[in-house]
Amino acid sequence: MKRYVVGIDLGTTNTVLAAAEAEAGHEPAVPEVMAVPQLVGPGEVEARPVLPSAVYLPAPGEFGEQGLVLPWGAPASVVGCFAREHGAKVAGRLVTSAKSWLCHRRADPRAPLLPLGAPPELERISPVEAQRRVLEHLVHAWDRAHPEAPLAAQEVLLAVPASFDAVARSLTLEAARAAGIAELTLLEEPQAAFYAWLAALGEGWRQHVRPGDTILVCDIGGGTTDFSLIACGEREGNLVLERVAVGEHLLLGGDNMDLALAHRVAARLGAELDPWQSRALWLECARAKEELLSRPELERAPVTIPGRGRRLVGGQVRGEVLRRDIDEVVIEGFFPVCGAEDRPRAGRRAALREIGLPYAADPAITRHLAAFLGRHVQSGERALAHPRLVLCNGGVMQAEALRRRLLEVLASWSGAPVLELPGASYDVAVARGAAYYGLVRRGRGIRIRGGSPRSYYVGFEAAVPAVPGLQPPMQAVCVVPFGLEEGTETEAPGVELGLVTGETVEFRLFASTARKDDRAGTLLQQLPAELEPLATLQAALEPVRGEAAQQGEVVPVGLRARLTEIGTLELFCVARQQPERCWRLEVNLRKPAD
Amino acid sequence: MRWWLALRCFFRVLRGRALPADPRLLLPAAGAAPPAAPADRQAEAPATGRAAGAVELLRLLQREGRLVDFLWEDIDAYTDEQVGAAVRGVHRGCRRVLERYLALQPVIDGEEGAMVTIEQGFDPRAIELTGEVRGVPPFRGTLRHPGWRASRIELPELPGGACGIVAPAEVEIG
Repeated sequence: MKRYVVGIDLGTTNTVLAAAEAEAGHEPAVPEVMAVPQLVGPGEVEARPVLPSAVYLPAPGEFGEQGLVLPWGAPASVVGCFAREHGAKVAGRLVTSAKSWLCHRRADPRAPLLPLGAPPELERISPVEAQRRVLEHLVHAWDRAHPEAPLAAQEVLLAVPASFDAVARSLTLEAARAAGIAELTLLEEPQAAFYAWLAALGEGWRQHVRPGDTILVCDIGGGTTDFSLIACGEREGNLVLERVAVGEHLLLGGDNMDLALAHRVAARLGAELDPWQSRALWLECARAKEELLSRPELERAPVTIPGRGRRLVGGQVRGEVLRRDIDEVVIEGFFPVCGAEDRPRAGRRAALREIGLPYAADPAITRHLAAFLGRHVQSGERALAHPRLVLCNGGVMQAEALRRRLLEVLASWSGAPVLELPGASYDVAVARGAAYYGLVRRGRGIRIRGGSPRSYYVGFEAAVPAVPGLQPPMQAVCVVPFGLEEGTETEAPGVELGLVTGETVEFRLFASTARKDDRAGTLLQQLPAELEPLATLQAALEPVRGEAAQQGEVVPVGLRARLTEIGTLELFCVARQQPERCWRLEVNLRKPAD
Repeated sequence: MRWWLALRCFFRVLRGRALPADPRLLLPAAGAAPPAAPADRQAEAPATGRAAGAVELLRLLQREGRLVDFLWEDIDAYTDEQVGAAVRGVHRGCRRVLERYLALQPVIDGEEGAMVTIEQGFDPRAIELTGEVRGVPPFRGTLRHPGWRASRIELPELPGGACGIVAPAEVEIG
């Protein structure tokens, strides 16, 4: 019997865990956030509600024998507050934003890549391993607080960005399993935020939503921005909710805003800042931004970088963030007024992009939003392009000025007022909502219907006479249509491939958030631009079940896809004549997707 | 520096204020800051019991608000504006310590300036009587300062106990 439902928000910058008793009462409870013991200084453990998703790889002996001891032992690396604070002062030992690497298609998230710029003697870790260490910290923290109910035996719901594709989802699952959470369910962060809103309002939510409404969930975290659309319909007199669209992965968030402000303030200081001072200025700018955004009457907010040595006053560098900076950098820079037909500007693709993360080239969140909603104008779903309601989430959206601008821009596109759903909690909503979803799955509370937010395609080379120097054209067949329900299987009809046993076959996997009309088996003769390459798929066609090894046998196969209950994708080649013969296609991340 | 110390002590005694056990504490930081480098580990005073708690609180106030740095700095050399700017950070950080590790409540819950009654058997450590104190309780008087009481102190525990270190020396390698 699972006693708790546990929601985990494994964020790019911060991780939060919330839990509720699975069976308490008839009305689902609002899940509570657990304070996570973590190092806040050498040897100093404190429980804080937020665990920064930062992993610090210490040098041998850096903190002595006792320095890194947690209540459950001394792990090989530091996770949390102290990792983030101390890592900022040491070159090349801090791993941050590991999550964003999981959907990086030009680097292998299982390869030891991080930290970038690590000293040569340091053993780097993979983005998946970094995620595992953060989750493992949570497992220890939970198990210590609930020795009678270990986390692995609870119902665990882990939120992932809606923009995470099948590969990023399965990598998250892999990290969780390696951390000791064998069974868990994935759900999308914007949906989790919406569940948190439902949990907070109880039955009262029905007063805010009516059939035919489209709700935009706008989730702007420290490092990423995630959009989803939820449609409200009516069935047999009851309101039903359906998640109808998700946005692309956008590496753009509050940290970018603080950094942009810091650059501007630094330019005015007229003093050279060392890395320690730059970071102090960054944190000060974040604070000044929040102060100016929350108090409209202020014209300026001072920022002070204290002296690094003992001379606090004498060594200080002072500056200020002006109201004008907030208006020009944060509001106009990240939330400019733009037209519904505006699109994000493509940036230069610098060589740097190959090793670092593919940050969004255009910082204008409103233009990214225009592109996201604009997809629905093209597909003829006009109602979806003009949501009437908005649910905001993420620390950045605490600022009323930013929410107001967002609503104004949306209203200017639709020509009708756009309302914010009241009662949102911006910071811990995702973890709470994830746990609440666990209760909903037990039949308490309304469930958002979803299905696959993407269609998936398997690409292969067309059989054409070989022409020297010319790549055979690539074709793709749809294996998972948009909206396919979790827990269902599809077989692409009419697709037959000839595979040779004893050899390794390779396909390419593509996805699209825009092509909603393709069915399983739809063949695309040419690859349309909306198809995003995800990964290479491989299957070793071993002759199965010890049959007389018929190497080189040509087997006609079809493609079968399964969208699992927990939110991942599995693909198989199935022999046409003997459906019991099937080979699983494994994702190979060592080959870049394009 | 000795004549300066003598002068400070002289004026302090003249104004009827007590001298600290170590009068060198009266010197400005720039003049006689604590010794720069402890010669060896023996020199470190191992703090135990109450002293450990005091060092711990100082350590937190220094880490979060740089309080010790600030108090030891000779602020006479700087303008009010410079000091004011620095104080904001000290204030924010130290306050965070008070909020996080202590629960502070007023001894008498009331507005300053309000009339209050002090009953017989009051705790003289918690309530200080001033003005025209005559006769026996109950007393009526004006609440000048509601006082502070630490109803909870939860300092983090360090493994291996405290070692008298208020702030570690920072050495940047390379």
